[in-house]
Amino acid sequence: MSLLASAAVLAVAVYFVVMSVASQVAQQSQDNVLEASARSILDSARFVAGEISLDLPYSALSMLDGVVHERVFYAIRLEEEFLSGYRDLPRATGGKAGTHGFFSAAFLGDEVRIASVQRSVATDMGQRVLQVSVAQTRMGQTQALARISRTSMGIGFGFFLSSVLLAIVVARSTIRPLDRLTVSVSRRGPKDLRPVAAPVPKEMVPLVTSLNSLMKRLKKSLSRSEDFIAEAAHRVRTPLAIVRTKAEVARRRVQDPATRDALSEMIHAIDDSSRTAGQLLDHAMVTFRLDHLSEQDVDLPQLVAETVERQRPVSELKNIHLMTSVLEPWVLKGDPILLQNALLNVLDNAIKYAPDGAQVDIVVKARAGGAVLSVSDTGPGFPEDEMETLTGRFARGGNAGDVIGSGLGLTIAKEVIDAHGGDLNITNIAGAGGCVSFFFPLS
Amino acid sequence: MRFLLFSLVLTAFAQISAAFEIEDQTRFGVEGGAERLRIISTADIAFFEPMVDPFLTAHPDTEIEYVVVSSAELMRALQDENETFDLAISSAMDLQTKLANDGMALRHSSSATLSVPAWAVWNDMLFAFTQEPAAIVISNAGFADLPVPKDRHDLIDLLRNHPDRFRGRVGTYDVRASGLGYLFATQDTRASETYWRLTEVMGALDARLYCCSSDMIDAVASGELLIAYNVLGSYAMNRVGQDAFSIVLPTDFTTVMLRTVLIPKAAASPDLAREFVDHLLVQAHAAPTDGVAAELEQIETSLNRIRIGPGLMVFLDQLKKRAFLSEWTNAILQD
Repeated sequence: MSLLASAAVLAVAVYFVVMSVASQVAQQSQDNVLEASARSILDSARFVAGEISLDLPYSALSMLDGVVHERVFYAIRLEEEFLSGYRDLPRATGGKAGTHGFFSAAFLGDEVRIASVQRSVATDMGQRVLQVSVAQTRMGQTQALARISRTSMGIGFGFFLSSVLLAIVVARSTIRPLDRLTVSVSRRGPKDLRPVAAPVPKEMVPLVTSLNSLMKRLKKSLSRSEDFIAEAAHRVRTPLAIVRTKAEVARRRVQDPATRDALSEMIHAIDDSSRTAGQLLDHAMVTFRLDHLSEQDVDLPQLVAETVERQRPVSELKNIHLMTSVLEPWVLKGDPILLQNALLNVLDNAIKYAPDGAQVDIVVKARAGGAVLSVSDTGPGFPEDEMETLTGRFARGGNAGDVIGSGLGLTIAKEVIDAHGGDLNITNIAGAGGCVSFFFPLS
Repeated sequence: MRFLLFSLVLTAFAQISAAFEIEDQTRFGVEGGAERLRIISTADIAFFEPMVDPFLTAHPDTEIEYVVVSSAELMRALQDENETFDLAISSAMDLQTKLANDGMALRHSSSATLSVPAWAVWNDMLFAFTQEPAAIVISNAGFADLPVPKDRHDLIDLLRNHPDRFRGRVGTYDVRASGLGYLFATQDTRASETYWRLTEVMGALDARLYCCSSDMIDAVASGELLIAYNVLGSYAMNRVGQDAFSIVLPTDFTTVMLRTVLIPKAAASPDLAREFVDHLLVQAHAAPTDGVAAELEQIETSLNRIRIGPGLMVFLDQLKKRAFLSEWTNAILQD
C-alpha cells in the first residue's frame, strides 16, 4: 500500500516535471518566433525625409499564423508616440534600447503573449527609441500543452505501473528467501532443533546465524535438562529398590500389626516413586529416539502379539484377561521400540485401572485410509470431562484413585504416535469401558 | 485636405441618413418570417441571390434582410457603429481578416467547416465560399489583328510595342479608392516584381483608373477600353454580351480572391447564421460545376490563392499603406 502511494506520488511528480519543462519549452519557442517577428519589423524602420518609415515585412505577421491559426497584434511606437498597429496593445515598460521583453496579458478577449523589442534610431531630433511589440494568441501553445499533458499523463501512468511492477518483483525476490526460511522452520517437528542449512541471501545470514545459535543453545539446554531428569531418575531408582527390599524384609520380621501396616504403606509409596522414575527414564528414552526416528518396516500385528505376550504375566497376576480378537496384517514405517513402548504404556494403564476379572481386547484393523490399533477394556472408562487433557504430562484421571501412576504413560504414547504421523484417540465405549486407539494413516 | 473635407461631409451625411452608407438593400423570403437574418455584404444582389434561394427552400419561414455596402463601410458598420448583423460577407479579405483577428467574429465549427479545404477556413471565424480570380479583360474588336496576351510579360511587350494604340485605352483599379483593387495590387507585388513594371508601362500610357470591376467591363464592352487589368473574373463571366470581350487568366500567376463570410460577435440569431454559413460552404465546396471554379481547377498550378491570415493585415498598416500608395501613385501617375 505504501508502495502504491509512493509510486503514485512519483508518477504525479513526473507528470508535473514533464509539464513544466514542456510549457517552458513551448513558451520559449513562442517567444522566439515573436521576437523574430518583432525584430523583422524593427529592422525595416528607416528615418527618411523627416519621418520614420516602416516597410512592414509580409512575413512578420504571416509567420505567426501557423498550423494552428492565431490572432496576431502589433504596435509600433516611437517613444510615447504611437505610429502604427493596435494603439491599445499593452507595452512593456522600462527597458533600454536594444533590449527585449516578454509578457502575457489579455487583449481583445484572448490571452496573448507579447514580445517587445526596441532600438534607437537617429532622427533629426537626435537618438530616439523605436519600440515594436508583437502579440500572438496562445491557441497553438494551449493545444500543444494539452497534447503534451495527455502524453505526460500516459508517461506518468506508465511510470506508476512499471514502478509498482518493479517494486512488487523486488519485494517478492526479497521476501521469497524469508518465506522459504519460515516454511522450513515451521515445517519442522516439535523436537527438531537442527540448524537451518538451506542457502539464504547474504542479507539474511546474520538472522539465520543467530537463529541457529539460539536453537543450538536451546537444544543444549533441553538435552541437559532431560539428561538431568534421566540421571536423577536413574539415581533415585537404585536406592529406592534397596529401600524397598529392606522394608519388605523388615515387614516380614515384625509382628506388630501397626508397624506392618506402616511398612506396607511405605512399600506402596516406594513402588509409586520407582514407577515414576522408571517412566521418566522411559520418557527420556522416547524423547531421544524421537529426535532420531528410525524408519524400519514394522509388522504391526506381530508387534502387538509380542507386546501382549510380554504383559500377560503381569495381567494374570491381576486376573485380567488380555486378548487379541482381530489382528489384520499391516506394515508401517517407524521405530518398533517406540511403538512397542507406546502400546506397553497403554496396556499398562488398562491393566492398572481395570477391575479384577476384566477383559482387555487389543485389535489391529486395516482400513482403506490406514490402520487402527485399539485397546479397549471393560473397566470404568475415562472421565468424560478430562479426555482432552489426559495426554498432557503428569495428568491423571480424576477416578484413578490410589492406583500407582505417574501420568506420563499417555503422554509418551501420544508423542510416539504423533511422531509417526498418526493420531491418538481416547473414547469411552458405552456400557463397556475405555478405549484408546492409534490411527496410522497410509503413508 | 480634400480627403478630409470629403470624409467630413460623408460623416455628416451618414449622421443624417444612416450610421453607414448603404448602396443597395433588399429582402429575401417571407416578410415578417419567424426567423430573421440580417446580412451585410459587399456582393451585388444579383450575385448573391442564387446562393440564398436553396437556403430559403430549406427554411421557408425565414426573412433575410440583405444590405449591400462597400468593404470600408462594412468594416465601419461592424467595428465602429456596433450594428447588429448576423453575417458579414465581403471580398475585402484583409478587412475581414482584421475583423476576425480583432475578435469581432464568433467561432464556428461544424462538419461543414471541417470538410472544406484548409485554405477556406481561418481560425474557425472566417470562411471562404467563392474563389474569384483577377483577370485581364480584352476587347475582341481591339485585338482583331493582335495576339492575345497569355501572361503579364506578353501584356508588357504588347503595350510597349503599340503605345499609340493603347494610350488612354488601358484601365485598372484605382487602388486608392478600391479596397479590392488594393488587395489585388498588393498581392501582385508579393507574387512578382512584374507588377511594378506593368504599372510603370500602364502609367506611361495614361492608364485610366476605375473604382469597380463592373465599370471596367462596361468600358471594355463599349470599346472605350481595349484592356482592363485585374478585373474580377466572375463579374466578367456572368455578364451578358460576352462576345465583345475575352477573359484572360494570366498563366504566370492568377491572383485569386476568396469571398469570405463571418458571423459578427453581436449577431442577433447566431444559430441561424451558423446554418447559413454551413449552407454556403457545402454549396461552394461541392464538386465544381459552374464556370469559375471549374476553370480555376484546370490552372491550379498557376493559382495564387490569397492566403487568409494575419499577413493580410500587413498592407493595412497605415505606414505600409502610405508607402505603397505613394509608390503606386508615382508609377501610375507620371506627371
